[in-house]
Amino acid sequence: MATEVLMPALSPTMTEGKLVRWVKKEGDKVAIGDVLAEVETDKATMDVEAVNEGILGRLLVQAGQSVPVNTPIAVLVAQGEKVPDHVSSTPSSTPSPTLSPSDKITQPQNAPASTVSAHSVVDSFQQIAAEDVEKDWGETEEMTVRDALDEALATELERDPDVFLMGEEVARYQGAYKVSHGLLQKFGEKRIIDTPITEQGFTGMAVGAAFAGLKPIVEFMTMNFAMQAIDQIVNSAAKTLYMSGGQIGCPIVFRGPNGAAARVAAQHSQCYASWYAHVPGLKVVAPWSSADAKGLLRAAIRDPNPVIFLENEILYGHKFPCPVDKDFILPIGKAKVERVGKDVTLVGFSIAVTIAMEAAEALAKEGIEAEVINLRSLRPIDTATIIQSVLKTNRVVTIEEGWPFAGIGAEIAAQVMEHAFDWLDAPPARVAGADVPMPYAANLEKLALPCSEEVVKTVKNLM
Amino acid sequence: MQEAELQTDGFADDTKKLLTRDQFLNAYRIALLIRRFEEKVGQLYSTGFIGGFCHLYIGEEAVATGITMNLRSGDKVITSYRDHGYMLALGIDPRSVMAELTGRATGCSRGKGGSMHMYSREKNFYGGCGIVGAQVPLGVGLAFANRYRGTDEVAITCFGDGANNQGQVYESYNLASLHKLPCVFVIENNHYGMGTSVERSSASHNLYKNGEPWGIPGLQVDGMDVAAVHAAVKQAVTYCREGKGPYLLEMMTYRYRGHSMSDPAKYRTREEVDHVRKTHDPIEHIKNILLEDGEKENTLQTIDDEIKAIVNDAAEFAQTSPEPEAQELYTNVVLEA
Repeated sequence: MATEVLMPALSPTMTEGKLVRWVKKEGDKVAIGDVLAEVETDKATMDVEAVNEGILGRLLVQAGQSVPVNTPIAVLVAQGEKVPDHVSSTPSSTPSPTLSPSDKITQPQNAPASTVSAHSVVDSFQQIAAEDVEKDWGETEEMTVRDALDEALATELERDPDVFLMGEEVARYQGAYKVSHGLLQKFGEKRIIDTPITEQGFTGMAVGAAFAGLKPIVEFMTMNFAMQAIDQIVNSAAKTLYMSGGQIGCPIVFRGPNGAAARVAAQHSQCYASWYAHVPGLKVVAPWSSADAKGLLRAAIRDPNPVIFLENEILYGHKFPCPVDKDFILPIGKAKVERVGKDVTLVGFSIAVTIAMEAAEALAKEGIEAEVINLRSLRPIDTATIIQSVLKTNRVVTIEEGWPFAGIGAEIAAQVMEHAFDWLDAPPARVAGADVPMPYAANLEKLALPCSEEVVKTVKNLM
Repeated sequence: MQEAELQTDGFADDTKKLLTRDQFLNAYRIALLIRRFEEKVGQLYSTGFIGGFCHLYIGEEAVATGITMNLRSGDKVITSYRDHGYMLALGIDPRSVMAELTGRATGCSRGKGGSMHMYSREKNFYGGCGIVGAQVPLGVGLAFANRYRGTDEVAITCFGDGANNQGQVYESYNLASLHKLPCVFVIENNHYGMGTSVERSSASHNLYKNGEPWGIPGLQVDGMDVAAVHAAVKQAVTYCREGKGPYLLEMMTYRYRGHSMSDPAKYRTREEVDHVRKTHDPIEHIKNILLEDGEKENTLQTIDDEIKAIVNDAAEFAQTSPEPEAQELYTNVVLEA
C-alpha cells in the first residue's frame, strides 16, 4: 500500500519547511531510519528520516521548494507497486491535527469579576466581607512575635509527626534569630535538623520530602538566601501539583525574615512579597502582630500547599496581645481591619502595618480618620476587605518596604481601580521603598524606607 | 565492571549469566515497548499530534529497564525530562503516557504536563523534571522521606551527564551522604548534554568517581547491557537498604535520536550513531542472548507483535481522546486547605 511521506514538524514553532535536497531518489529502496532528505526548518537544517520502509515511488516536492508542515513530499510504495494516479506533485492542504483553541473561560477569583455593574460591586463585596467576621478568641496575653512563632512551631510539631523543621542553625544554635529556641531539646535531631549552607540543595530536598507526603518547614536564615533556591520553590514546589494533574502535592512552609533589617545593606535588605505573590501554586502570608504570627504559622503548616511565610526581623522582639486559646488559628487569605476609619484606607502588611498605625494616629490629630488594613495574606489577597473599605473611604494608600515597580501596592491599586473605580475620589497612592538597592549609610537607609511621615504627607495630598 | 567504558565493539561476555531467561524475556518486553513506543512518538511529533519539547529514550532503554526490574513497592524514582521510558518501565499504562504527549484529558497528568512532566503517585514516580539537575535534590528528599518513616525503601535519582555539572548535584551528594540517605544516584551518561560532549563540559571524565569526596561509592556500568545495569543497581539498592548511605552509578549509554525532536545533530557524525546501533544495541543484545539460550524466534516475534499492538492502541487512544475541558485550566493549582 502506498504511504505518503509528509513534511515533518521538527520544532515546536515550525510551520513550513524548505526541502534543501533529496538524499534518496525515485526508485530507491528505503529502510526505517534512512535519511530521505534535508529540510530547513525555522531553526536549523535537519535530516528527514523514513518512518516506514518501502520504495521511493515519487518525489512530490522539488529541492528548493517550501511547503507547509504535513504536506505530502513523497510517496513510498511496496515492491512492484505503482504510485496511485491520484497522487500528484501539487501540494495538497492537509488539515492540522491541532484542535481549535478552547473557549475563553473566566478565572475564578476570591473577588467578584470586574465586569459587573457598579451597584452589584457594593452588594457582592459587602456580602463577602459580612460573611467573614473574625472569630473572637477571647483572652489574650502580651507576647513577642518571636515567642508566638516558637509556640506555633512547637504546637504543630507536637500535633503532627510528619512535620519537621530544617534550616541553617535551627537546632543546636537555637535559631539564628532564636525563633526555634528550645525545639531541639523538645523534639530531637530527627525533627529539628541543622543543614549546611546549601540553600538550593536543602530546599530541593525538603520539596522532595513534601512530594513524598512529609510536611517540612524550611527556615531560611533570611529570605535573601532563598534566592539561591528560588527555582526549587517556583518550578518544583509551586508547579508540580498542576503539572501532575493533581497527583503530587507539596505541603511545605518556607519561612524566614524578609525585608529590611537595620544597616545590613543591599544584599540583606529586600522584600520578596511581590516576587512570590506573583506565582500561582504558592500561598504567601506576611504576619504583623504576634497573633498573626501564631495563627497564620499554624495555618501555613497545616495547609496542603507550599506557603511562603514572610517574617520581619525587627518585629521579632515586638510585643502584641496574642490569644491564649490553645486552638487559636487564623485563616490564610483574610485581611484584618486593625483600625476603623472613614476618610482614607491605609493598606499594608508586615512592618508596614506599624507605619500605617502610626500614620493613622498622627492623622487623627488632624481630624482625618484613617482605616488601617493589615493584609496578613498576599496570595490569595483579600480584595473584598480592601474594596469594602474603599467603598466607604473613597481613598486608598498602600504601604510596603519593597520596591514600587510591580509591587504589592501596584496590584492593590489595580484591583481597586478594576472593582471600585467609580468610588474613588483620588487616584490610589503608593508609599514604598525607594527604587534603589538598599544603602548602608544610616541617613540614606532611612530615606530609602517608608515612614509614617511620608504616609501622612501622601494622605494629605489625596484629601 | 568498575572500569568498563562504553564498549563500542560488542558486549562483555560474563554478564549473560546474571539474569535468568525469564528475566531476559521480561527485560526484552520492557525495552522493546519503550523502543516501539518512542518510535511512534517520533511519528506523532512529526505529524503535529505531539507538540513542544520532546526527548526520546531510544538507545537508552536498558537503563530504565535494568533499574525498574530491581524495585519493589514503596521505592521511589525521579528523573529528568527524558521520562517516557521510566513511565513505561514502571508499568504505567502506555495509553495514559501517549495521551499526555498529545495533550489530552486522558493523559497521566490530565494533559497539563506533557512530555517532560509525567508522574505516577501510584507507582511512586515523581517526574519528569524539566529543569536540568533540579530533580537531584528532590530525589534526595524522597530518600529522606523513606528514612524519616523508618522504611528500607530507596529513592532512585536519575540525571544526565549534562546535569552532572549543576552545583545542586554536589549539594545533593553532600546532603545524602551527611544523612546517610538511601539514594541511588544514576547518571545516564549518553555522552552529550544536548550537543556538548562530556569531554567538552566536564573536567572530570569519570563521573562515577565524583561522589568520592563525600564517601559515596561509585560504579561505571555498561548502560547498554541490561544485565550489567541490573546487577549494578541490585548492588547499589542493597547497600542503600542496609542503611549505609547513597550510591552512585554511571550508566554508559547512548541516545540514537537527537537531544529533543528539534535537534539538527551537527555535533556528531551519522557514522558514530550507526556504529553504536550496529555493535551495541541494548535490545538486539537481549534478543541475541535469548536466541543463544535456545529461545524460539517465534516467542520473540509474538512479543514484537503484542508490543506493536499495544503501541498502536495507545497511539489511537491518544489521538482520539478529547482535549481537557476548558474548566481544567484552573483546576489543580492549589489544594483546598
